[in-house]
Amino acid sequence: MMIGEGVEDEEKWLSAGITGLQQNAFYMHRALDSNNLRDALKYSAQMLSELRTSKLSPQKYYQLYMRAFDELRKLEMFFKEETRRGCSIIDLYELVQHAGNILPRLYLLCTVGSVYIKSKEAPSKDVLKDLVEMCRGIQNPVRGLFLRSYLSQVSRDKLPDIGSEYEGDADTVNEAVEFVLQNFTEMNKLWVRMQHQSLACHGADPVLRIAVGLSGLQGPAREKEKREKERSELRDLVGKNLHVLSQIEGVDLDMYKDIVLPRVLEQVVNCKDEIAQCYLMDCIIQVFPDEYHLQTLEILLGAFPQLQPSVDIKTVLSRLMERLSNYAASSTEVLPEFLQVEAFSKLNNAIGKVIEAQVDMPILGAVTLYSSLLTFTLHVHPDRLDYADQVLGACVKKLSSNGKLDDRRATKQIVALLSAPLEKYNDIVTVLKLSNYPHVMEYLDNETNKVMASVIIQSIMKNNTHISTAEKVEALFELIKGLIKDLDGTLHDEVDEDDFKEEQNSVARLIQMLHNDDPEEMFKVICTVRKYILTGGPKRLPFTVPPLVFSFTQGLLLCTYLIGQWYAVASAGYHGQLRNLELAFLVFVVHMIFIVIGMSILIRQLQGPDQGSDENPFGEEGSNFTEKDFSAFKSDSIELMFLDWFLKSAWDAPTGAKRNGDSVSPCLNPLEAMIFPLVVIYVSLLFLFLWFLGYIYVTCGLLFQTIEILYGVPAPELALRLYLQCAEAANDCDLEPVAYEFFTQAYILYEEEISDSRAQVTAIHLIIGTLQRMHVFGVENRDTLTHKATGYSAKLLKKPDQCRAVYACSHLFWVDDQDNMKDGERVLLCLKRALRIANAAQQMSNATRGSTGSVTLFVEILNKYLYFFEKGNPQINVAAIQSLIELDYN
Amino acid sequence: MNYLIGAFKPACNISITFTDGKTRKQVPLKKENGQTVMVPLFQSQENISGKVSIEPVQGKKVEHNGVKIELLGQIGELLFPGTVHCEMYFDRGNFYDFTSLVRELDVPGEIYERKTYPFEFSTVEMPYETYNGVNVRLRYVLKVTVSRGYGGSIVEYQDFVVRNYTPAPSINNSIKMEVGIEDCLHIEFEYNKSKYHLKDVIIGKIYFLLVRIKIKNMDLEIRRRESTGSGANTHVETETLAKFELMDGAPVRGESIPIRLFLSPYELTPTHRNINNKFSVKYYLNLVLVDEEDRRYFKQQEITIYRLLETS
Repeated sequence: MMIGEGVEDEEKWLSAGITGLQQNAFYMHRALDSNNLRDALKYSAQMLSELRTSKLSPQKYYQLYMRAFDELRKLEMFFKEETRRGCSIIDLYELVQHAGNILPRLYLLCTVGSVYIKSKEAPSKDVLKDLVEMCRGIQNPVRGLFLRSYLSQVSRDKLPDIGSEYEGDADTVNEAVEFVLQNFTEMNKLWVRMQHQSLACHGADPVLRIAVGLSGLQGPAREKEKREKERSELRDLVGKNLHVLSQIEGVDLDMYKDIVLPRVLEQVVNCKDEIAQCYLMDCIIQVFPDEYHLQTLEILLGAFPQLQPSVDIKTVLSRLMERLSNYAASSTEVLPEFLQVEAFSKLNNAIGKVIEAQVDMPILGAVTLYSSLLTFTLHVHPDRLDYADQVLGACVKKLSSNGKLDDRRATKQIVALLSAPLEKYNDIVTVLKLSNYPHVMEYLDNETNKVMASVIIQSIMKNNTHISTAEKVEALFELIKGLIKDLDGTLHDEVDEDDFKEEQNSVARLIQMLHNDDPEEMFKVICTVRKYILTGGPKRLPFTVPPLVFSFTQGLLLCTYLIGQWYAVASAGYHGQLRNLELAFLVFVVHMIFIVIGMSILIRQLQGPDQGSDENPFGEEGSNFTEKDFSAFKSDSIELMFLDWFLKSAWDAPTGAKRNGDSVSPCLNPLEAMIFPLVVIYVSLLFLFLWFLGYIYVTCGLLFQTIEILYGVPAPELALRLYLQCAEAANDCDLEPVAYEFFTQAYILYEEEISDSRAQVTAIHLIIGTLQRMHVFGVENRDTLTHKATGYSAKLLKKPDQCRAVYACSHLFWVDDQDNMKDGERVLLCLKRALRIANAAQQMSNATRGSTGSVTLFVEILNKYLYFFEKGNPQINVAAIQSLIELDYN
Repeated sequence: MNYLIGAFKPACNISITFTDGKTRKQVPLKKENGQTVMVPLFQSQENISGKVSIEPVQGKKVEHNGVKIELLGQIGELLFPGTVHCEMYFDRGNFYDFTSLVRELDVPGEIYERKTYPFEFSTVEMPYETYNGVNVRLRYVLKVTVSRGYGGSIVEYQDFVVRNYTPAPSINNSIKMEVGIEDCLHIEFEYNKSKYHLKDVIIGKIYFLLVRIKIKNMDLEIRRRESTGSGANTHVETETLAKFELMDGAPVRGESIPIRLFLSPYELTPTHRNINNKFSVKYYLNLVLVDEEDRRYFKQQEITIYRLLETS
């Protein structure tokens, strides 16, 4: 209520002030019209006396000031005319100083001073110096600020700048700068003083003071808040000086560096006021050109650690870096400048110092600073990853002193910090090179960690980044481990199910993205992924295992493809009749040595899968096996290299020989010439084949293990699908035993784990479908498997399901493109059996519901008959179809 | 009617004119009755010459015991200073002639018609300036007396103003002083001179060494101290002639506030020291600081004011 009254009173005072001002302005105008200088001065002084009020807030005071300002413009015109009429400007300058009250006196003095400069009767610099000196008389912050702002306003087009008409001899630019600087300094002092002179402007009014005292609401905090609000209303008056400085033509880089900036900074630092420091630093940054900042970075940054601890340095520095980044982005020509001045290291040092100096700085501040610095680095030195890493390192160091973050805003900043390199490089591979990147992530809370991981994955998706080596994959998964496993061991139940699915799907997509054409590397990549995936826990595995399995199968297919390639090379080599026998022999000898070594390793490896063809392929030592394999493969890789080289040379040999013509030594006999290349080629081919085989078996073993994990989840249906998928892959690789094993596993799973009848139906159809496509099996294996499948089909719970499964089984005996797989008799058997079941089903429905059921099943079976008839199955004849059609009609 | 009026009118008109009356500078002078008239300006050691013309009223003759002209320098004091209006000084007759020169213009006889007498006082010593104060007044006057045996003498006065010019003093030190209240306020002020001429400008500055009170504003006052009488009867009258605001608002330690005060707008006189043992007029600069509780803190410094010979 008190405050409400205060505001009302203020309105009253303002309108009273305006009335007084207008009244005197009216008399002044009359005096001006009648060219009465004495009266003009008298009434203008009276008019300006309204500005002596202490009762108005800066905002209201400004309204009053603006009115006075307009009137003073008219007075200035009058003074100008007066001088033209022959009144000496010097006399005028003295005359206005006779006013007894200082505020009107100084306003008038500034007004006449402006005319004085224009008259050029005295050098601009002298007048300005006098004016700025005299203005010291106003020590009241609000009034002083407005007066000096008026001075700055009337003088800004009259500075003795270079190129200005008021430019005097040599050093006048200095004078102009000096003037503005002095005015700036004084204004800043006044502005800062507002903070400390509690209610200085109201102190004069006892009534108000009592009101303030009575009001319980207006505690010291409220006072402070009010004062700060008032101050912020006035800040632009102070900042305008810096703007004027930046507009002075004569302020070139040297002057800025030597005079302007040090002086301004000195004032900023010495005023020891939080609001002023924050605002003015920002002003400096915004007002002066970028290249100046760049060249004076050291000086500018040097001031930051000296600021008050409460100053919001992060915002200011961020703005600076933002500006510099934009500047760097604006043109490539300026980039060398950045390098030349070592902008990065300077900024980095400065930030370090600031953080060191401001012990109490919240973590948010530090993180924001690093974030800005990182953005800057990325813009300016995109090629210097070490810089970015350095920033992250510093950030880690700072974070490490605080432990996990709980400040939401700081967390947000870190996300921004971490996203910056992703956005910049659009390439996770580059980001993975930043060794400190994962360390920063460690300080995020789980939730944010996940968000960040999602961001990373999305970035990969968006840019189709190719991640091909195991180390990178390892690093990547280290980064996104927030998504892969529960970080602190506790499962958060409140996690939204949809979100979780979304996350895991993205991980799954990521796994699909990993690819390498080199099977060995691909294998390593997959193993790495597997290592991480398996830590995921039961909730995640159903999402993540399938893509992993598919990656494995892809690897298998790749191997097979390569084997085919080598084979082609080898046979081509044979047909090309290698002649360069000496070379071939030499290579052969060298190679044989390696083969011996390689074989021994391979044999050792192959022992694994061989044993594994029993019930449990790898047993308990399975997890160790992976590691062991790795080393084995590593030693192989050298050999592979030799092999590669050898084969290439063998391939090149004929062409080379043709070119050399007769120079080839003919000393070897034809037999040797025939045998050596053959031996070489076949032995190496054998070796190669064995190697890949070993690889394939290891892969398969891992596949088994991986899928088995799903049992425990439990997701048996998924596991079944994956087994079938693997079997198909094995089929494509011509690995009969492996495929068989997969099928076995699938069957076991079907028998033991899948109990839901509907799931069984689905599963059996899957099994049938897959089995139908298998061509790798021998007759015996195939029989076993088809038999089993048919058996399962017949044991389904519902009759229609049984029927459908059985007629589907018929396809198992008839594969179109394989002649040895066309067993018409058994097809017919299946179909007949299906018919029987359909009959039974109809009878059952008759018995239970009293009506004949639908004939759908019969129609479906007829459909199958027709299919096989069309395909030319000799067992399916017209008569059989005819009878079936009749049956349907009934 | 005319006759009646004529009966009370003086028997003759006396007028005093100066030789160079047309060219001599005229200055305003405030008379006892409050009117301001323009009178000629002289300075010490000048010749004061002119003519006195006596013209009897139409058709009458003036019988007299002699005609004389006196040049008088008078100091008039208020008997009860501060209580009575200044008009009264000379009427009460409480004046003192410090200079009195007489020239006999005519021997006793009769004047029938207009008669003119030239007069001259050469190189008159007039050491004191004309001064109009609160309680004291110094004036110069030419007094023409036509002495008569009956009906009283006929007297006519002509005022003139004397101003004496002084050259710029060769020694003119600045006034510099540090004053203060312990642990409360310490200031150092400086005025560029100790002696100022009437159109001078006071330049100076105030430097705040310590500020522990909330100052509202600061003024510079020019005060005139007029002391009359002597010994136990000394009476002092102080007037503030100028109040000039120097500073608005509360300064902090280290601030320095400029002073620039033009003296020309104020009605000052030169400093008068012990004029004929009757009175003194002294000037002081009074620096006043007012705090927010309206307490005044001041420091007074005497300055000498002199009249500088205007070269133009």
